[in-house]
Amino acid sequence: MFEIGLSHYLIVAGILFTLGVFGIFLNRKNVIIIMMSVELMLLAVNLNFVAFSSFLNDLVGQVFAMFILTVAAAEAAIGLAILVVFFRNRGTIAVEEISQLKG
Amino acid sequence: MIAALIFYMFAGLAVASGVMVISARNPVHSVLFLILCFFNAAGLFLLLGAEFLAMVLVVVYVGAVAVMFLFVVMMLDINFLKLREGVAQYLPTGAVIGLVLLVELAVVFGGWAFAPDVEALLAAPIPPTDQMTNTEALGRLIYTNYVFLFQASGVILLVAMIGAILLTHRTRTGVRKQKIYDQVGRTAANSVEIRKVSTGGGI
Repeated sequence: MFEIGLSHYLIVAGILFTLGVFGIFLNRKNVIIIMMSVELMLLAVNLNFVAFSSFLNDLVGQVFAMFILTVAAAEAAIGLAILVVFFRNRGTIAVEEISQLKG
Repeated sequence: MIAALIFYMFAGLAVASGVMVISARNPVHSVLFLILCFFNAAGLFLLLGAEFLAMVLVVVYVGAVAVMFLFVVMMLDINFLKLREGVAQYLPTGAVIGLVLLVELAVVFGGWAFAPDVEALLAAPIPPTDQMTNTEALGRLIYTNYVFLFQASGVILLVAMIGAILLTHRTRTGVRKQKIYDQVGRTAANSVEIRKVSTGGGI
């Protein structure tokens, strides 16, 4: 209980990841919340990487966590830019109405 | 003991704010809870000894990504309450899938162990903290063994920056801007006209 091991961190990361997946399903209409859920999932993955890095005494996990951070930042920037453009063109961000690519 | 209590505080707050991110009615509150979640995750990183990543998380995620979310949420004029309609309809599906995922994670977690020769397989052992700080050790690694990946992540950020600017940029019509090229390019021949004025006639 008071001895914090790797499993504690893995459980926290697992719960955060599940919350992210759950959030995607819960807010099916709001793209912004969906993107926040994706950020939450990436954070959980980062937590896993850092926890393993720390408990295995291997620094490479932290290196890759940093790369994930970079990719997540790029993804958020592009995603929000697409969102802004879409809102400007259509006046809505409801996911269900994003069906133009269906033809 | 104290470390355990601090861990439980950070972990509990992170999970609680994660719940609030997906369940808050107002997206602005969602973003603010996301920021709280990032702060607590940074605290967990600190407990794990990854000081540099903790600071990067605060600077990059809270300072850039979350603020960007906040900008977008506040800039778009959307009726967010309308977007929350049908949550009860999606709740069972989401709950089932979330539960299945959690159970799968628990199963994986239950039947998992380190390899017996894991100590010999380390790619880059963490140096003792009294010899080298976490930041220095990380820097020595990413500028040597992982320099190509490091440069590639820089390229990814550049592409993201250019892409975001290109996507959101629009040329507005009817804006009066100073065009220095046109100003400098003016000559007397095309800007002055000399007319012969007849007496009493005007132009």
